[in-house]
Amino acid sequence: MKRTIIASTLFSLFMAHAAVANEQSVSEETAELRKIIKQQQETLKQLERRLDENEQRLEATADAIEVPASQGSGNILGGVTVGGYGELHYNNLTDNDNDTDKKEIDFHRWVLFFGKEFNSTTRFFSEFELEHSLSGEGKDGEVELEQAYIEHDVNDQFSFKAGVFLIPVGLINETHEPPTFHGVERNPVEKNIIPATWWEGGVAGNFEAAPGLSFDAAIHSGLDVSEKGSYKPRDGRQKVSEAAADDLAFTGRVKYTAIPGLELAASAQYQQDITQSDATTDEASATLLTAHAVYQYQNFTLKALYATWDIDGDEAEALGRDEQDGFYIEPSYQFTDEFAVFARYNEWDNNAGNSDDTEISQTTVGISYYLHEDVVFKADYEKQSDAKDIDGFNLGVGYQF
Amino acid sequence: MYKCLLLFALFTLPVQAEQVLQTQQDFLIESFQGEVPKPKTLWLKKQQKAEIAKILQHNYARLRIRYWPKGSSSVWVLEEIGKESPITVGLHVEDKRLRKVKVLVYRESRGDEVKYPFFTDQFIDATLTEDNKLSKHIDGITGATLSVRALTKLSRMALWLDSQRQQ
Repeated sequence: MKRTIIASTLFSLFMAHAAVANEQSVSEETAELRKIIKQQQETLKQLERRLDENEQRLEATADAIEVPASQGSGNILGGVTVGGYGELHYNNLTDNDNDTDKKEIDFHRWVLFFGKEFNSTTRFFSEFELEHSLSGEGKDGEVELEQAYIEHDVNDQFSFKAGVFLIPVGLINETHEPPTFHGVERNPVEKNIIPATWWEGGVAGNFEAAPGLSFDAAIHSGLDVSEKGSYKPRDGRQKVSEAAADDLAFTGRVKYTAIPGLELAASAQYQQDITQSDATTDEASATLLTAHAVYQYQNFTLKALYATWDIDGDEAEALGRDEQDGFYIEPSYQFTDEFAVFARYNEWDNNAGNSDDTEISQTTVGISYYLHEDVVFKADYEKQSDAKDIDGFNLGVGYQF
Repeated sequence: MYKCLLLFALFTLPVQAEQVLQTQQDFLIESFQGEVPKPKTLWLKKQQKAEIAKILQHNYARLRIRYWPKGSSSVWVLEEIGKESPITVGLHVEDKRLRKVKVLVYRESRGDEVKYPFFTDQFIDATLTEDNKLSKHIDGITGATLSVRALTKLSRMALWLDSQRQQ
């Protein structure tokens, strides 16, 4: 019995000691674990900080490497912009009246645009063109400065420009990059009547009266038909080359584009004397009126334009050129981004003032194939009738950038 | 006298640095009705850049694009050159549809009709087709072809980017 009591006491003592020892061990273990957790938390925080720092460094590196659109293509040196367009044509036409052929390949236009953004409201823009590949004495081509002006935005609604600029008339005069129109050659109505491309020197203002409603007004150098005496507007372009400025011209335009797909515009021009006060001829005041409409519905587009000149003076009347007019209508359909078809009916008469049958009509049908949105291959068939009898086809490739 | 005053007023109206039509922050506030989420960054992989280049028809120089996501919505502020200068556009995509397209800064000297709602409202509800085109036809503006083209491309790009951020 005594032994049993001693053994129980010893066992209890041992167990109590073991419990105390175990408690101490758990406590030490917990402390160790807490320490590890704290260390890991600190490590995590450090990693997070480093991750943030790395992210910031990455963003900064990306900022330094990336080229924002504002400094991307077309803007190579502090606001200097470069662009251009060009077109190669092949004409294969037969003049059935004279039994002659025109089989010709011609790099018709090679153009470079240079511009400079002085600040967000004042800029310079220019268009420099080489026509028909070669220029110089006896060569077919010309080097021309078609645009060179300073433009200033007075506010969001009103801007003006001074220099050499394109006259705000018709559809093709201001926008004539090859991918923007159908047909290998530009339409004959705007070429022979308006006459596109037509640029003059002077000042012009643009006022946006309401969303999609704008007015243009310009005072500029005018035509001078005295040298050739033909009274054809195209022959009167002085191209701002030591141009006679005895009689300036005034042009105004109103344009409405407030409905997507629709453009309506009309222009008027008046010049006191298109002979530039030539002493040997009658004073010939002239008025040009043009109007055009463009309507786009889904992939179908319809363009129509009318232009007419009214010229005073005995000489113009004697030639039957006191009235000159023309119109065209052009439906087209864009099947895909790459492929479009069009047809255009043109009618024009540079001698509409006489009683002879001098009117020319031209029907053109063709296709445009866009290799890229800025690169186009074109093919068309044309037939001129009435005062002329010409038919044949044209091929072309054009680009813009 | 009145003519002189009118002319004087015309020339002394405040000249704006650019045509800032709405700030980015205001567009975000308007899109998210006040609660603008934190922006995220989409780093572009090689394949993604190639797809963007297909949409824009030229290489895309940026490495990443910042956007603001919130549930099925995302807002993107993107830039594309029309003819010479970048047009900054805010685009709000919701449930894979364009909810709003707004020109924030217009810097081109021509073609600014694209900044008006009569043009940008055409994009509302447009989705992306399988070949990454818009599901709706967008009527153009004669004489503003390049600006119209820029906005159309950015709309396609925003819808495509939205699909990428959800992957």
